[in-house]
Amino acid sequence: MALSITVNAERREISATPDTPLLYVLTNELKLTGPRFGCGLAQCGSCSVLVDGVERRACVTPVAAVAGRAITTLEGLPAWHAGQTGAKTPPAMHPLQQALIDEQALQCGYCYNGMIIKGAELLSKTPDPTDAQIRKAMNGHLCRCGTYPRIIKAIHRAARLMAGQRT
Amino acid sequence: MIAPTEMLLPRRDLLKLGGALLIAFPLIGRAADQSGPPDAKQIDTWLAIHSDNTATLYIGFVELGQGSSTGLAQVAAEELDLGMDQITVAPVDTQRSPNQGGTYSSAAIQRGRPQVALAAAEARAALMSLAAERLGAPVTQLRVERGRIAAEGSAATVTYGELLGNRPFSLPFSGQARTKPESQYRLVGHPVPRRDLPAKVLGVHRYIQHHRLPGMLHGRVVRPRGQAAYGAGARILSIDETSIRHLQGVRVLRRGDFLGVVAADEWLAVQAAQALRVIWEKPPALPGQEGLHAQMRAAKTDDRVALERGALDAGFRDAVHVRTQACLGPYQAHASFAPHCALADVKPDAAVVIASTQDVFGLRRSLAPLLGLAQEQIRVQYAEGAGTYGHSCYDDAAQAAALLSQLAGAPVRCQFMRWDEHGWDTYGPAHVGEVRAAVTAEGKLCAYEYHGWQHGWSLVETSAQLTGTAAAPWPASGPQGVNPLDAGGMYDIPNVKLVNHWLPALDYLRGAWLRSPLDLSFSFASEQVMDALAHAAGLDPLEFRRRNIRDARWLGVLDAVAKAADWTPRVVGPRSKSRGKVLHGRGLGLGTHLVSHGAAVADIEVDPATGRVRITQLWGAIDAGFIVNPANVESQIIGQLVQTASRMLLEEVTLDGGRVQSLDWSSYPILRFEDCPEVTPVIVQRPGERSTGAGEETMAAAAGAIANAFFDATGVRLDRYPMTPERVRKALHA
Repeated sequence: MALSITVNAERREISATPDTPLLYVLTNELKLTGPRFGCGLAQCGSCSVLVDGVERRACVTPVAAVAGRAITTLEGLPAWHAGQTGAKTPPAMHPLQQALIDEQALQCGYCYNGMIIKGAELLSKTPDPTDAQIRKAMNGHLCRCGTYPRIIKAIHRAARLMAGQRT
Repeated sequence: MIAPTEMLLPRRDLLKLGGALLIAFPLIGRAADQSGPPDAKQIDTWLAIHSDNTATLYIGFVELGQGSSTGLAQVAAEELDLGMDQITVAPVDTQRSPNQGGTYSSAAIQRGRPQVALAAAEARAALMSLAAERLGAPVTQLRVERGRIAAEGSAATVTYGELLGNRPFSLPFSGQARTKPESQYRLVGHPVPRRDLPAKVLGVHRYIQHHRLPGMLHGRVVRPRGQAAYGAGARILSIDETSIRHLQGVRVLRRGDFLGVVAADEWLAVQAAQALRVIWEKPPALPGQEGLHAQMRAAKTDDRVALERGALDAGFRDAVHVRTQACLGPYQAHASFAPHCALADVKPDAAVVIASTQDVFGLRRSLAPLLGLAQEQIRVQYAEGAGTYGHSCYDDAAQAAALLSQLAGAPVRCQFMRWDEHGWDTYGPAHVGEVRAAVTAEGKLCAYEYHGWQHGWSLVETSAQLTGTAAAPWPASGPQGVNPLDAGGMYDIPNVKLVNHWLPALDYLRGAWLRSPLDLSFSFASEQVMDALAHAAGLDPLEFRRRNIRDARWLGVLDAVAKAADWTPRVVGPRSKSRGKVLHGRGLGLGTHLVSHGAAVADIEVDPATGRVRITQLWGAIDAGFIVNPANVESQIIGQLVQTASRMLLEEVTLDGGRVQSLDWSSYPILRFEDCPEVTPVIVQRPGERSTGAGEETMAAAAGAIANAFFDATGVRLDRYPMTPERVRKALHA
């Protein structure tokens, strides 16, 4: 029987076998370019998605394990954020995405799918994180270009942006 | 963004399609240009003007995440008086991009700025003479803003787009065009935001890993986990295809010892590559990372004097203090964050290869003999992957995709797995350095001697080697030997001798340039000996360096970093003799890679009980001449400092048991958020000077600064990095 999964609030029928890692389904069948292959070992975070609002590594998650759960990829993050804040229309970007541009944080940018997913998860639970909270939450995400300092700054900036939106 | 199918159309087909598509393809109109590169002395090679008054810039340098495509667009827009929103940069392609040489040695701005500025000035001059004719006014009375030209005292205007439309310039360089004086710059030298970032944060930027070809198969290479010695390659003894019988639709492809699998479904190919049972010949033993340096030091070497000045023995005779320092540097991996990926469509008489190479023309040269095609039959197109920091596996992956496509008779997308990337990298080579230097009673450097043991770079990619191409080292030339700029080169020393002891490359791991190649090792040894001499002379290390440097640029960058870090004069370490609590230290270092100047200050903490070193703060200053985009260079410095912290504390390829053992992020750890230092980038802007590379220079400086901070904290000099807790404990309790 064909599986179906819910990605970015859309129900999708898929043809992959149930043991196929979610990442290959998202990239090849659903043609999404947010989550991406980095290690296939859940070590780096470049494939991260939100499953019911919690960051998960799509490279080691069998697709059958997330059937019936709400999967959010980078592409669906602005809409997910709107859902969190009760906004009627999704913004063009999640505040963290805007903050990363404002900080000119990226170099190659390949790890930023995971950085944004994990950072958004953190901000949804901890609206005004300290430096130490940011470092701890983000510690499982690697950046080979060494852009951590500007990511930390951008998460603080996003927290301020979000506080401004709430008032 | 150009769709991949569009990218694959040969130029002549596009010409037939006419105007609409010409936005991305300027007409050069000469048959010889079909295979590229086009003539660098034609304006059309560099720039196309479109009817909507925008321009496309063609460059041969690739965007690796370093931001240089933004920088070169600034240079072109500046000369043309266009806005940044009016210029796009075309994808790099052997068929239509100028050959500016490879994108390495931080060359994109250094070599690219004068070339692009001149081409854009030529284009501007050509447009101005067209405008003069159209507006009936002499060129001297014309003014341009955002590509709109007006004559003084007249209301009539005309745009570049109206003058040229989608037509080519069809003009060679006149040799008469003059570039703008810096005093008139409004873009160059200013912090223009990177143009690729919005698409990257939205997740819609298409990295090479996202490219697809119609009818393609997914390929994976099958290799032993971890390379053996370069010369050993990997020999197949037997393949048991029954081991993947349960995976329907997989083909096993082989040429010599080059082995791979292809399947229509990617996950199937991944599983097959892992499940395929192959017996490989046992490779000859490697020394292991603990025995590596002793083997290197004892090896029979080809010894070459790299530099000799003055009379070394006489220099040492005049000395009051002599100090020595060794450096045992590890193999370190590029470890690109995304395993390399390439796509290829190889037909009997033509091939298209999409790769994230640093040099499309170099890759094309290596593919021709491998595929049995002429270079002119091969088109290489660049697509951005993750950062590479030097020559990693990108050409290997491209060769693998091309071989699999040729063997399969179908287009193939081949992506490496994490263990392929970590295990078959061309590593930054290991190094043994021994430096001896001396000062006079006045604290002036009088003699300096550096001996370096290392092997050169691998010339043949793994895929080619496995098909039967004999392994060979690069010719022993270039900056992979002892770097005279880093090995005391910033100091004024009358008597100097630098010697390279070249190791037989085939006996060691594959090697190539890793960001700031070997400079971290040179500086680790050399800058420590400078600190030791300052200490012996009872001088503040900053004052000691000032006394021994004459060059104003080096003094400038040294003072800039000292000021930023609020350096207070003192004689260094050890800060505290007490054991059992965390020790704090501060160190200073200088370094470079090629032309530019780098200086760094490091603050570190050492826990003598655990041996754990934490780098708490780094300052890095660069003088790279006139900096085109200061914001982007700041970003580059941040990356350099964080990577250096990672390389000094953690990174080491392990090679026990005949093969490389560090195959992923767990066995080859890199710095994480929790250990990331605070970093402060400092730019020394030099108006009027030529722009030089800014992608590497603070790395060597920071390596020296970190090593010196360790002495400052503990009173002990380390002769080896990375500074792992075990090594630190051993050094402190020796």
